[in-house]
Amino acid sequence: MMVPAALIGIAVLSWILWEVIARGIGAITPAFFTELPTPPGMEGGGLGNAILGTALMTLAATLLGAPVGLLAGVFLAEFGPSSRIATAVRFTTNLLMGTPSIIIGIFVYAIIVLPIGHFSGWAGAVALAILILPVVMRTTEDMLNMVPDELRESGLALGAPRWRVTLGIIFRAAKTGLVTGLLLAVARVSGETAPLLFTALNSFYWPQSFGEPTANLTVTIFNYAMSPYDDWQQKAWGASLLITVSVLVAAVLARFVIKDRKGRTA
Amino acid sequence: MVERTAARPGAVDAAPRDQSRPDAVFKWLTAACSLVVIVIMGGIFFELVRNSGMAIREFGFSFLTSDAWNPGTGEFGAASSVYGTLVSTAIAMVIAVPLSIIIAVYLVEVARPRASRFIGGAIELLAAIPSIIYGMWGLFVFAALMQDHVQPFLGNRLGALPLFQGPPMGIGMLTAGLILALMVLPFITAVTRDVLMMVPPVLKESAHGVGSTMWEAVRFVSLKYGRRGIVGAVFLGFGRALGETMAVTFVIGNSHGISDSLFSAGNTIASSLANEFNEASEPIYLSSLFALALVLFGITLAFQTIAHHWVARMQRLEAGDR
Repeated sequence: MMVPAALIGIAVLSWILWEVIARGIGAITPAFFTELPTPPGMEGGGLGNAILGTALMTLAATLLGAPVGLLAGVFLAEFGPSSRIATAVRFTTNLLMGTPSIIIGIFVYAIIVLPIGHFSGWAGAVALAILILPVVMRTTEDMLNMVPDELRESGLALGAPRWRVTLGIIFRAAKTGLVTGLLLAVARVSGETAPLLFTALNSFYWPQSFGEPTANLTVTIFNYAMSPYDDWQQKAWGASLLITVSVLVAAVLARFVIKDRKGRTA
Repeated sequence: MVERTAARPGAVDAAPRDQSRPDAVFKWLTAACSLVVIVIMGGIFFELVRNSGMAIREFGFSFLTSDAWNPGTGEFGAASSVYGTLVSTAIAMVIAVPLSIIIAVYLVEVARPRASRFIGGAIELLAAIPSIIYGMWGLFVFAALMQDHVQPFLGNRLGALPLFQGPPMGIGMLTAGLILALMVLPFITAVTRDVLMMVPPVLKESAHGVGSTMWEAVRFVSLKYGRRGIVGAVFLGFGRALGETMAVTFVIGNSHGISDSLFSAGNTIASSLANEFNEASEPIYLSSLFALALVLFGITLAFQTIAHHWVARMQRLEAGDR
């Protein structure tokens, strides 16, 4: 009885992967990556703008959210980890991680899109950055906590200032874990749709500036999938395949790296 | 070139008395960064309340109990969305929790190490798949299966119950609940597996020593020992399912009404927001959507807080046991 239950996991995973690959592979052509979408109903064209848009917004979100997350994680791990502020911050971080991403999108809509008057790539990047922040905080704190105190003591005993010890020595020791955590967070965020629905919206054109609605893969999938056009649905599957492959490759890579590292430090 | 500081080495818990400016700035900077999360959470609450003010003033408490949803006449109520959110999540939990526990028990107690790692890895990959992919698969593949096979089967066998009446459309509340179950399953399985792995072997061996079977040992020892952790995981899974948007939006059918049948279309708070937020033409419409978002925010916050305290109590009790 238990074996079939356990195999459900593998069965469903294989089924989903199979369908995504089978239905999406037909859309993956060079044009898919380089061309703009054609008008609805017309064949051909591609999603080059959406791919670029997603890449750019994910990059911007990482640049916005990761450094703040890293430094915050440093605070939680290095300065009074059991202080009341740290406990409150940790609790709030968990709350933020559990908040539905669509609410974060609505929040950014309220604070950026409404005052400015239109959707923009910046709003999308900010929404994604808010998603990245708590994840990076958590993994940074965990990775820094794994570095033994002796390392900190040695650095301080040599007379180095605290910031030097943390950034130069501790970071270097935890480098692999930190990068892996960042990679996983970025991969996760690149597949998000809800936060972009009301911030970056979508566009049929190449991303010219972040000040206007920016094309992206996930909202495109949403729009195309709900449309009545076969060609668009095919492209939605192609985009799904692209996203799935990227996210799974990142996840598998991260697991191997972590495992390897755990084996070495054990 | 090395600066002298007055920092005490080691003692990570105590606040070092830095006298050097750069270190003080560093500490201040990292502290400021960590406060950003609190600012964001506060900001979310503030903005949601502010923008739903119009709807709250207009409808008052009846917003929560009314199942009206009429953009034309400007009447809005959260009841159908809340109902859909709770029902789809309940379906998901009823299916996912027992299944997760069975799978976790299998991974920890029965499976050979390599099989356990392989299947465990597959479960973790399932967790990594973005929700919109579940939506695509759910709409184009799973819904077809539901419409052609599962729903007619249920309708034929159990059609006497109002739960399973109505035309098999493939999409609807039941399908949404099942997809949610798939999405929550890996998460609960992973946490349950970790909890079960922490059960001290001596306890299990003692149980076997007095003659219990594997299942008896699991039921009366492992699951009891890990009870709180598992409940905490269930709470968190529940919280996650409540806010799940894209997968549900694809398959739930976006209909604002409360129906007895699981085959009917419905909506959740998240799916209504996704479908209608950009269409909201009137201020009262938009404000009502903000109010819906506030309701969802409140529910997920409440769940997470309860889960957090539950797990914290478990940790304190465990520490006391040693």
